[in-house]
Amino acid sequence: MRRLPRVRPELLGLAVIGGIVVLGVPTVTNQFVTFEFAKVAIFAIALMGLNLLTGYSGQISLGNGAFMAVGGYTTAILVQRTGIPYWTTIPVAALVAGGFGFVIGIPALRLTGVYLALATFALALSVPPVLNHYDTFTGGHGGIVMPAVLPPFSLDLSQEQWLYYMDSGIALLLFVFAWGVVRSRTGRAFMAIRDSETAATASGISLAYYKTLAFGLSAAYAGVAGSLLAIATSYLNPDTFGLSLSLALLVGVVIGGLGLDFGAVFGSLFVVWLPYYAEKASGLHIGALSFAGKPDIFYGALLIVILFFAPNGAAGLLQRAWRWYLHRRTAVRSPLPEPVAER
Amino acid sequence: MPLLEVRDLRVRFGGIIALDSVSFDVPDDAIVGLIGPNGAGKTTLFNVISRFYPVERGDLVFRGESLLHERSQNIIRRGIARTFQNVELWPRMTVLDNVLAGYHSRFHTDYLHFVRAGLRLPGTRHMETEARDKALEILRYMGLERVAGHPARGHPFGVLKKIELARALASAPSLLLLDEPAGGLTHEEVDRLAGQLRQIHADFKVTLLIVEHHMNLVMRVSDRVVVLDFGRLIAEGTPREVQTDARVIEAYLGTQQNGAP
Repeated sequence: MRRLPRVRPELLGLAVIGGIVVLGVPTVTNQFVTFEFAKVAIFAIALMGLNLLTGYSGQISLGNGAFMAVGGYTTAILVQRTGIPYWTTIPVAALVAGGFGFVIGIPALRLTGVYLALATFALALSVPPVLNHYDTFTGGHGGIVMPAVLPPFSLDLSQEQWLYYMDSGIALLLFVFAWGVVRSRTGRAFMAIRDSETAATASGISLAYYKTLAFGLSAAYAGVAGSLLAIATSYLNPDTFGLSLSLALLVGVVIGGLGLDFGAVFGSLFVVWLPYYAEKASGLHIGALSFAGKPDIFYGALLIVILFFAPNGAAGLLQRAWRWYLHRRTAVRSPLPEPVAER
Repeated sequence: MPLLEVRDLRVRFGGIIALDSVSFDVPDDAIVGLIGPNGAGKTTLFNVISRFYPVERGDLVFRGESLLHERSQNIIRRGIARTFQNVELWPRMTVLDNVLAGYHSRFHTDYLHFVRAGLRLPGTRHMETEARDKALEILRYMGLERVAGHPARGHPFGVLKKIELARALASAPSLLLLDEPAGGLTHEEVDRLAGQLRQIHADFKVTLLIVEHHMNLVMRVSDRVVVLDFGRLIAEGTPREVQTDARVIEAYLGTQQNGAP
């Protein structure tokens, strides 16, 4: 009982299998699929950020697409104007977006729940017009074209494969970082604020600091995601970061599992692949019914089904399955079930 | 010097005066019971000490320094922890995490703690392990170690009260405000609670200020008792003195003229 999280052999096995799958994907798939999985890694980063803000600290944001825009444009403008190597702009994008998020977090201190959702919604709405307006910097409607990214050190990889490995590697690093934050004094402060502000204050947790910190961290993650998206597509315009992006992020984090570590990973699989399969499904004919050209019907229906059967998201479903498995295992060996250490 | 001095305190909500000219001392290393009928202002006083409510007049002096200019989040750093009448836990966090978050104010760290935590630097990991060991120790003390890994929700009210007490103790307070610690307990549990509170008082070297409706418990456990009625202090003294005070009997039973026995 002294060290709570013991690594179980089953988990180790799952991790090894997961690692092999992640490394192996681009060797067995085509360029399109590899590129889509690079986007999965990118969106996973954005969702990790949103999960810190909405899942862990309980502040709803419909505006994280705006933070992605800040990161994306930071990278695009720096590369276009100064010609510095694209990868050096990634930490800059994180800092600029993080600072922006921190500042946005200050007025957000006065808002909670639906009101905060509306205010961040307004932020998301305002992004394309603002980017269009300041066109000397942003290139307006035309956007910014960046040079295509090539694999470094003359590695024998296609462009898509390199993007996939780079984005997955960064996603993994940021996942480990978020994992550490969540299991620290800071992460507990986030969750305490989410669950009871009164108790948090009485326990010496500064609402102002941790709420703005959550915004800043969340925006920094979104900034990295925006930067990587710009690098991957080597093209940006204001419509890349419209309202639908912010909405997709919120859908992703809820479907994935709010306040659960792997929620961001599952969520990004849905964000990237659900529209693709909805598009495919819309080619179906059921009797006289045809859904051609109406993929949103399937997208919406799938969403409802998922929320109905997994109210805590995909990660919540898996967590329940894992607990059931542990319970069954320990029940066989000892009459008293052990408490489960995970959240 | 008393640990806490309440001086001529007046608290008003619009037209209602919730506390009026209340003065009393909480001596260091004592157990003080705070009683009074419903609406007397007991929980209001707790919320004033926690700096949740503003004060119209008077002063709160803790260890010789006024608390009135302290922000509520810093009260615990002065050494005052509390529990709540209806339990304010963090239901989705584990019991252990609840107690660890109670330990929040004792970390010696700065605004960049989250960076070191994310990077898992050894100093932060060491702090975390130390905090975890102490939290587990308190959970063991309270007999809660079996539920340490469970979410804090879904336990009986009496267990929730215990978890909340464990969280408050984690901050190593010198003054602990307990709002109805016997709430939700069975008769036998209330009987045991008196001994447990005395034990906690001794083991953690903590002064207790207890709001409680169980007269029997208050009279058994308290060194001194303070009685409020309609926001005014009507009696103060040893349990024996208070029990025989005519105004206290009147406040609890009503006057003869009102037809009460």
